[in-house]
Amino acid sequence: MLTILFDGIAYGMLLFILAVGLAVTMGLMNFINLAHGAFAMAGGYITVLLMQHAGVPFLVCLPIAFVGTALLGALLEGTLYRRMYSKPHLDQVLFSIGLTFMAVASADYFIGSTQQIVQLPDYLKGRTEFFDGALGMGHYRLFIIVVCAALTIGLQYILARTRFGSRLRAAVDDQRVAAGLGINVNVVFLSTFAVGSGLAGLGGALGAEVLGLDPTFPLKFMIYFLIVVAVGGTTSITGPLLAALLLGIADVAGKYYVPKLGAFIVYSLMIVILIWRPQGLFSRAGGK
Amino acid sequence: MDARTSLLNASRWRPWEPALWLLAFAAPLLVPGHSLLVSEIAIVALFALSLDLILGYTGIVSLGHAAFFGIGAYAAALFAKHVMPDPLAGLLVAMAVATALGAVCSLTIMRGSDLTRLMVTLGVALLLMELANRLDWLTGGADGLQGVVMGPVLGRFEFDLTGQTAAWYALSVGLLFFLLLRRLVRSPFGATLMAIRDNRLRAMAIGIPVHSRLAVIYTVAAGVAGVAGGLLAQTTGFASLDLFALDRSADLMLMLVIGGTGWLWGGIAGAIVFKLMHNVISSITPQYWTFWIGLFLVVLVLVGRDRLLRPWTWFAKTKAP
Amino acid sequence: MAIHKRTFIQGMAAGALGLATGAAMAQQGKPLKIGLLLPMTGPFGSTGRQIENGVRLYMAQFGDKVAGRPVEIILKDDTGVPDITKRLAQELVVNDKVDVLAGFGLTPLALATAPIATQSKTAMVVMAAATSIITEASPYIIRTSMTIPQVTLGVAEWAPKNGIKKVVSLVTDYGPGIDAEKTFRERFLLNGGQMLGELRVPLRNPDYAPFLQRVRDLKPDALFVFVPAGAGTALLKQFAERGLDKAGIKLIGEGSVADDEILNEMGDVALGLVTSHPYSASHNSPANKKFVEAFMKQSKGVRPNFFGVAAYDGMRVIYEAVKTTKGTGTGEALVNAMKGQIFESPRGPIYIDAQTRDIVQNVYIRRVERVNGQLYNTEFDVLKDVKDPAKTGK
Repeated sequence: MLTILFDGIAYGMLLFILAVGLAVTMGLMNFINLAHGAFAMAGGYITVLLMQHAGVPFLVCLPIAFVGTALLGALLEGTLYRRMYSKPHLDQVLFSIGLTFMAVASADYFIGSTQQIVQLPDYLKGRTEFFDGALGMGHYRLFIIVVCAALTIGLQYILARTRFGSRLRAAVDDQRVAAGLGINVNVVFLSTFAVGSGLAGLGGALGAEVLGLDPTFPLKFMIYFLIVVAVGGTTSITGPLLAALLLGIADVAGKYYVPKLGAFIVYSLMIVILIWRPQGLFSRAGGK
Repeated sequence: MDARTSLLNASRWRPWEPALWLLAFAAPLLVPGHSLLVSEIAIVALFALSLDLILGYTGIVSLGHAAFFGIGAYAAALFAKHVMPDPLAGLLVAMAVATALGAVCSLTIMRGSDLTRLMVTLGVALLLMELANRLDWLTGGADGLQGVVMGPVLGRFEFDLTGQTAAWYALSVGLLFFLLLRRLVRSPFGATLMAIRDNRLRAMAIGIPVHSRLAVIYTVAAGVAGVAGGLLAQTTGFASLDLFALDRSADLMLMLVIGGTGWLWGGIAGAIVFKLMHNVISSITPQYWTFWIGLFLVVLVLVGRDRLLRPWTWFAKTKAP
Repeated sequence: MAIHKRTFIQGMAAGALGLATGAAMAQQGKPLKIGLLLPMTGPFGSTGRQIENGVRLYMAQFGDKVAGRPVEIILKDDTGVPDITKRLAQELVVNDKVDVLAGFGLTPLALATAPIATQSKTAMVVMAAATSIITEASPYIIRTSMTIPQVTLGVAEWAPKNGIKKVVSLVTDYGPGIDAEKTFRERFLLNGGQMLGELRVPLRNPDYAPFLQRVRDLKPDALFVFVPAGAGTALLKQFAERGLDKAGIKLIGEGSVADDEILNEMGDVALGLVTSHPYSASHNSPANKKFVEAFMKQSKGVRPNFFGVAAYDGMRVIYEAVKTTKGTGTGEALVNAMKGQIFESPRGPIYIDAQTRDIVQNVYIRRVERVNGQLYNTEFDVLKDVKDPAKTGK
């Protein structure tokens, strides 16, 4: 069904935007940041609060969510995360889980635990039908696909064509040599972490409508982000993109065609893929 | 000191170890109102011990250890309900089932990076949860498995309302496994595990059969986790889906890391600290206790566990790395 | 009516004190301890908070003393995990020696505690959990909330009489959801309807899109839904987004999908939704108007939903039972005094069935409408005195 394919692609692209920051951070800084979901939640809440209390239009909220979360990410990176790079993975996991707990509880305390509702502007509501109903495209999902596709192209351009991108790729491949070449690794880390968190925030803002937004958001969706990163690998961004699309389509199609199996499909698929290709489905050779 | 003496020293009983165990066993007598908490801590400590085997001693990161915990619990509960309510027989069944599952799953953790293993183990636990939900004619689904009435331990000690029998039962089983595992990790076998953790390539180079060691220890750890799960089902008379949930595995990892990996007491210390903190903080602020736990974790990791225990170092300048 | 009660209680207290010489029983004057076990954190925290508000409102209105005994509420957060509920219940019974256990936000929590109530002979008042079998798990359980089958009957009766012949059901895949699916199917088929399909959505991370697409392709007259309170918003939004309403598919459901606490924020997508439920905040009775006003003042602007009312009524049941047993009853005596109570609740007239210890109440059919700028479930039809069908069938 074309509609199911369309929905799956929309879901996948959303997951990609949410998870790409995590993939790059892990590949670059070898840091398992389980608090990534908290940044997404922050972006979602920034949007919702601005819309509900300040009447800011939805489209304006999106870049604000991005910038706001990016700043938050930069702040945390400089003060807290930087001290954690040399620590063992377990400590990093503990640290990021601790941050997530604090974020979840704070959201609960300040904002309340009910599901937040985003009122979309009218031109984003509604649906267009093609082929006599065989393909129905919800306008909002179309919007998501367009925005995420644009971001993906933008990211790929930055990585492949700009000097910053080449510095980033160098630092991912081998940090020590890159530093030895005079690349300011600290600045690369800071900006990458900020952008990655900003993207997560944007994803959270976009996803509030589709995935729902409440204080338990980071915990609920963290596993999906991790699946995207694990299957997609951390050495490129096309890897997570394809992994996210695969996950999105498999999830949606599975629930439509075989609803009895539902969640089984995603987990089994992931386990099988990871056993077959432990470095992820799409990693380059030579990367971590 | 030559090698043999230092190794013997490392495996000798420290004086505080038996003292702590004595205190643990005395607890249900000293604070009878909290026997239930004691039994809960004992069970979770055993669970943490099993995770320490793979995480601390062998370096296998797992976010799905609750899979074995849960399956042990359901096995024991179903056994008591349908076959025989004897607790010890139930524990053996729980251990057998969990060990079997562990053997099968050990095939999945052989390859890949930390992240891969994290995801695979998590995936297995979630799959089991879905399965338990699906087979609700057997497991009671999301409502949980009811009607588990346990017979008396060894035919004499009934499970009472105050929980003292449960506490002593859990502590005894815990002590037994502690002794067994202590023997295991202090043996040459245990030494090979630590070698694999520290540098797998080098371990392979000196002829340690890495894959078979991994399989064996994972299976053993699964079995012990199954025992812990069985204990929980038997002492609470209940089994439900959230035994498999990510929260259980994640909490467990937290406890272990709080206490410190790689020395068996880490799991026990972490379990005690975490559970007591949970109990105390959530009675003060039932809604927001996760915030304080999160804060504690962040501070713990930033300051460093060793320094946390020595307050005079808190404000000293750190040496250059 | 409130003033009446207050004088009555004061009179009772005075009378009790007057008699407290010589022949005074040991229980007189001893605090009445109520152990309140609720999920205050986690995904069901809002249920816990509604119940807590309902309980405290009752005490604020009717006094914190009953039959000469000061009432003490011991509130414990079980985070929605059954083995914690069980441990806390055990501690409450053994350490704090509570007279009544109350609360229970979810079915597994109530079921886990049932053996404790039986073993310790403590009365247990269930204020939220809604699966039928709960009251059968222990002879000490009284329920003031509802059962899913009881409530689903409403819409299953109404639909066939209103031009809905072909239905697809969509429920969350857990105990109450499956209960709802079964009850609806049986009653609907009995009334001559036809089920085109029965879909189940996973409890965790529900994404309704693919399921709703399937519904659309099946082309029923209406879609019957059951989702836990709080998840209704996402479902309704996706329903509209997918164009199901424009394709002529009506939406009917069990009332939790239009939960009063969040109904107003759902926006226009909820308009026209027909559900059946025992309580609506806009229920037209003087008792309810007073209740809603007082509740909103106490909770700082949160509308009471069904759990708040059930808790309020639960406290009434406890207080009256204690008064009937003159403050000295425990366990079995209390339960007997709770059975058969019949009174006017803010939701309407209710009574506690003496045989099943379960609640019998009116089930209202209501439609979401905009009243004075806010969204409410406006009741337009009612099934009176509905007993839990799962038990009456026996």
